[in-house]
Amino acid sequence: MSTESGVAHGAGHRPAPFRPDLYAGAAFIVLGLAFAIAGSRYDVGSALRMGSGYVPLALGALLAVLGLLVVAMAFRGGDPAIRDVQREPVPWRRGGLLVGAVMFFGFFVSGLGLAPTLFVTTFIAALAGHGTSPLKAALTSAGITALCLVVFVALLRLRLPLLGEWLGG
Amino acid sequence: MDGILLGLETALQPSNILICLLGVTLGTAVGVLPGIGPTATVALLLPITFEFDAVASLIMLAGIYYGAQYGGSTTAILLNLPGESSSVVTALDGHQMARQGRAGPALATAALGSFFAGTVGTIVLAAFAPPLAQLALKFGPADYFAVVVLGLIASIALASGSTVKALAMIVLGLLLGTIGQDQFTGVPRFTFGVRELYEGLDFVSLAVGLFGLAEIIRNLESRHSASIVTRKVEGLWLKKDDFRRITKPVLRGTALGSVLGVLPGGGHVLASFTSYSVEKNLSKDPKKFGTGVIEGVAAPESANNAAAQTSFIPLLSLGLPAHPVMALLVGAFIIQGITPGPNVINDEPELVWGLIASMWVGNLLLVMLNLPLIGIWVKMLAVPYEVMFPAIIAFASIGCYSLNLNAWDVFAIAGAGVVGYFLIRWGCEAAPLLLGFVLGPLLEENLRRAMIISRGDPTVFATRPISASLLALAAVIIVIAVLPSVRRKREVVFQGEDD
Repeated sequence: MSTESGVAHGAGHRPAPFRPDLYAGAAFIVLGLAFAIAGSRYDVGSALRMGSGYVPLALGALLAVLGLLVVAMAFRGGDPAIRDVQREPVPWRRGGLLVGAVMFFGFFVSGLGLAPTLFVTTFIAALAGHGTSPLKAALTSAGITALCLVVFVALLRLRLPLLGEWLGG
Repeated sequence: MDGILLGLETALQPSNILICLLGVTLGTAVGVLPGIGPTATVALLLPITFEFDAVASLIMLAGIYYGAQYGGSTTAILLNLPGESSSVVTALDGHQMARQGRAGPALATAALGSFFAGTVGTIVLAAFAPPLAQLALKFGPADYFAVVVLGLIASIALASGSTVKALAMIVLGLLLGTIGQDQFTGVPRFTFGVRELYEGLDFVSLAVGLFGLAEIIRNLESRHSASIVTRKVEGLWLKKDDFRRITKPVLRGTALGSVLGVLPGGGHVLASFTSYSVEKNLSKDPKKFGTGVIEGVAAPESANNAAAQTSFIPLLSLGLPAHPVMALLVGAFIIQGITPGPNVINDEPELVWGLIASMWVGNLLLVMLNLPLIGIWVKMLAVPYEVMFPAIIAFASIGCYSLNLNAWDVFAIAGAGVVGYFLIRWGCEAAPLLLGFVLGPLLEENLRRAMIISRGDPTVFATRPISASLLALAAVIIVIAVLPSVRRKREVVFQGEDD
């Protein structure tokens, strides 16, 4: 992602803000406010009898303030720890495949059962590899599925059905 | 010392030795994978341990931990890829030794030094944890609150990177810890009506996502091209001269590590860096450090391991995890229905001492088995990453799902993985978040109890001597961490020693 390219020199005297800090700070502010606002809907109570919302409200506000500090850091040259590090582009497709693989497992493991779900999950994940063809991914996932079934079902005796209710297991 | 005997009796039961061995083997196998450090290894293998009862699962975890550490040293030495900050120093001289064809002695030194240091650390732990736990029993809620605050603050002081970001990550972790039913009123918080979230976010999923999945996504940013030094891992044993050279560094490293390991928040990192500097300064020929001297491997590896062992002192006496792996152990304790804290040593002596003893047994097994097997671990490095990471995804998914058969635990891995990937990319470390998440409920509980006892008077934290001094210490640490001059010095330490 080229927009994330470090301390780009903008027009005028002020350098452009350091984007990673800007994003991190914004994330902290949004999350902090979300927890604070949602927390204030619960019973906040008083310092003597703190309700369910007291601690989330206080911590959420604190997180938002810290987020502001991180944003301020973005305008002052950025975090020295990562400022000069060369960042590779975000692997959207590969990362998406990995996350998709995990989500697939969560959605389908109870319905399809362990064996088919595992095969598809590892197949999707394997596709994320550099230069992995669908055939190679299928071979890889078949091997891993077999290994997992031996380890988890045969050796560790996990009580997970191999075939789910949708497949008559 | 009765405790140690009880522990050895537990740890030396044949079934437990077998489980420990399984843990060591698995830990090493996953730990040698490039890009998967000890914390990620323990997180990924954590779910498997829950198949066993409490004692056995913690023993297995201890084995995994030692195996993972050794695996981390192996990648540091053979690939120049330290899995975590404490083995950065090992890589300095270790990798140079490997390039000179002395990978064998370097690995043997790491294992033997670790074993000696672990043994001493175990004795220190056995001597100091029980009295400290006795002291901790006198703590009131205000004092406990202060202890937790100090632990959290100390964890950022020793981390590399930005202090503000680390603080923000802690607070975010604390907030994530509030998800689920309020322990005082039973009100479900931030659950959006999802019943599965009433118990809170699953700790294991969070750890697996933050450390495992996020790390894999990061590794996929670029093609893996590590230069593996596999040619000459022969001549494993140390020569007589090597033994003579490593004796004193091992002793000094062990002493430093035992003391610094007690510090919450990353004493093991500090220990390995400090011991390396000490050896360099004491050496007649300091310029040789960094070119593959055996002392440069012996000292930090011993310090690291001694510290790893004594960092159990705050965990077992106060319930405070000193670094991310300890936080994972706290999570494991809690899942087994045990709340870590001063009571555990008295209530569950078999468990605690069994755990301590099996740390030592795990270390011993490592020396006995892994040194001869080093050839196999080196071959593990040759398994392509394209095959390895789908397998890791599969293991992590099955492991987390099988705990509660709850699909939300699996979704949590995906969520934590995405969040973790971007936060790490933006310079925010995941470890403080995990510490915050684990300690959050403890912090809130003690804050609320302290305020009820003091009838809403917040000065209670300043008037009780224990809490006042601990909070003052925490404040000092924050000030020091933020001060620019100290920051600069700290960066020098973290940027290596090759001046």
